[in-house]
Amino acid sequence: MTAPSTGAPPGTGRRLLGLLTPRPYGWPTPVATAVGVVVALALSSALITLTGGSPSASVQALFQGSMADWTAWSSTLLYAAPLLLVAVGACVSARSGSFNIGQEGQVLIGALAAAWVGLRLAINGPVLIVIMLLAAALAAGAWAGLSSLMHRLRGVNVVVSTMLMTFVAQQVVAYAVNMPWLLQESRVGNAPVSPQSNPLPPSGLLGSFGEYPGLQINGGLILAVAAAVVIAVAITRTPWGFRLTMLGRNPLAAKHAGVRVNALGGAALAISGALAGLAGAVLLASPVGVNRLQPGMAMNIGWDGLLVALVARNRPLAAMPVALLFGVLRSGGGFLAATGVPSFLVDVVKALLVLAFVAPPVVVALARRRRSGGRTAGARQEAAPVAEEAIA
Amino acid sequence: MSAADNISTILSSGIRLTVPLAFAACGEYLAERAGTMNISLEAMMLGAAFGSVATASATGSATAGLVAGVLIGLLIGLVHGNLAHRLEVNTFVVGLVLNALVLGLTSYLITISSFDSHQVSQVSVPWLRDIPLIGHPLFVERWPVYLLLLVVPLTWWLVERSRWGLELRAVGEQPQAADVTGIRVNLRRRQALLWCGALAGLGGAYLAVGEVGSFNQNMTAGRGYIVIAAVIFGAWRLGRTLLGCVLFGLADAMRLALPALGLTMNSQLLVVAPYLLALVAMLVFTTRNREPKSLGQPFVRGST
Repeated sequence: MTAPSTGAPPGTGRRLLGLLTPRPYGWPTPVATAVGVVVALALSSALITLTGGSPSASVQALFQGSMADWTAWSSTLLYAAPLLLVAVGACVSARSGSFNIGQEGQVLIGALAAAWVGLRLAINGPVLIVIMLLAAALAAGAWAGLSSLMHRLRGVNVVVSTMLMTFVAQQVVAYAVNMPWLLQESRVGNAPVSPQSNPLPPSGLLGSFGEYPGLQINGGLILAVAAAVVIAVAITRTPWGFRLTMLGRNPLAAKHAGVRVNALGGAALAISGALAGLAGAVLLASPVGVNRLQPGMAMNIGWDGLLVALVARNRPLAAMPVALLFGVLRSGGGFLAATGVPSFLVDVVKALLVLAFVAPPVVVALARRRRSGGRTAGARQEAAPVAEEAIA
Repeated sequence: MSAADNISTILSSGIRLTVPLAFAACGEYLAERAGTMNISLEAMMLGAAFGSVATASATGSATAGLVAGVLIGLLIGLVHGNLAHRLEVNTFVVGLVLNALVLGLTSYLITISSFDSHQVSQVSVPWLRDIPLIGHPLFVERWPVYLLLLVVPLTWWLVERSRWGLELRAVGEQPQAADVTGIRVNLRRRQALLWCGALAGLGGAYLAVGEVGSFNQNMTAGRGYIVIAAVIFGAWRLGRTLLGCVLFGLADAMRLALPALGLTMNSQLLVVAPYLLALVAMLVFTTRNREPKSLGQPFVRGST
């Protein structure tokens, strides 16, 4: 979102000058964000320096692991795909006003459904992976829909229920991979069995497309980009998206305008769950893991995807570069250890970056309101959407 | 081992697992009564656990570690309070980010440093410790455990009997009305978060320098979320919240004791119990009617 520059002077040069000049309503959001990012990066390099590492070596290692050659790029894209799927889903639910924070669990439920279908059917041909993806979306969509149902029937807070359901989902998956009659791997001779499922059949794996020299574009990425484009168009160009945004901005007005609030809100939550479930299926079926259902396989992709949506301020198209950046951090993080800097550094950088993107619009809106003395209704109404979009 | 010994062992391990939850629950209860759904509880506990071990190792005193833990909890409460109730960033977003930040930061720091092991001393109450079955679990404990005897009544008194607590509850129920009567809503919410941070810090520090004596990566392992579940399960009443903590602590102890008892029960049910019970409490009982009316909603003067 660009800050409405009040009475911007014509001409690029003067506009640039205008951006940098403090104005009666404070700095515009892009400038404040840029300052935030600089502060975040400065803090991160200070952390590296204080703990005896070298920031430049760390950046180099991150680059090595994520962008230096086609293999690194392939690995980055492998991580970016599920992140983008989760983030696009988070955009839908956040725009509808119900904040879904249970993606980590929904990812697992999606993977569970995909693994169950894939291992039970085990048919040959590309139809299997399609069925698996559908099953993952349906199961995780229903899982998230439960939260909407709880909200509708008993008034349970959606944020709280989606959060609690995450921990339930983790144990459901742990149970499934510990039960031989469910999904635990079959015993071979006297070898001990681990809490994980059998590997998926080859027909249940997502293939890589476009054999460019070395660069592997996984099917999951194509799915994620398609989802981002479809959801972006749906949100900005369709009556459905208009109703969704209206519901998020002002539920009461939406209700009076004839929006079926419960149905639309429930659908938004279910869609966000379904997309997180797809991310789970992609994690399961792409070469990012071992192609078995394991309790730890979500690897915080759900939480990180949520952060991607926050940085992208709930715009699916903006989520694409952000997911790529988070993918870079993830795949480069593995190379950090060689420089003596623990790979956990990328988690710190991620969190600081999110703060740098989330706080400025709110602060700018607040400053604008304060300066106008909170008296004029016009200033308040101008500030309100800014604050709401930054909510999540 | 006899059945009595088994019960006694599970009881003492259950109590030890309950104590960190109980400290944090007193804080979270107060913060939620003031209207903040404080997700960053996990960050407070984890950060305090790390800070207490680091400080204990640097100073050689476990008590200094405990104090450092409280200070770190306060600091995170301060950051959360200012971001959410001064700058008006969504409180859940602040919580998520702080959790991610503290988890990343502590994991980063523990990977590159090593600390000596320090533990606070044990207190054994004469006479009482000889009571069969419950004597040993209740009366041979690390000394911070007995701080609960101070913290729980104090929290209750603060919320239910003090003027500050009355204002706090007003802020949690009807911030607009409270604002009109001259209560500074966001200030009260920030203060509530400070109380929450101090106690969550105490809980996290107790876990580290009280029980374990060292820090390991993601040591709290979701205990903050369990406490949030306990407050919901307790329907925003202090007594029931603490009952929830005891239940969840005992469930955890049972899970750890299962192999020793030779039971082949699936541990997943015990792990999931807190979350399921919290969900059931919200669904089946009418606890949601006791929820502070503006829980999790930011206060903006002039909006409805």
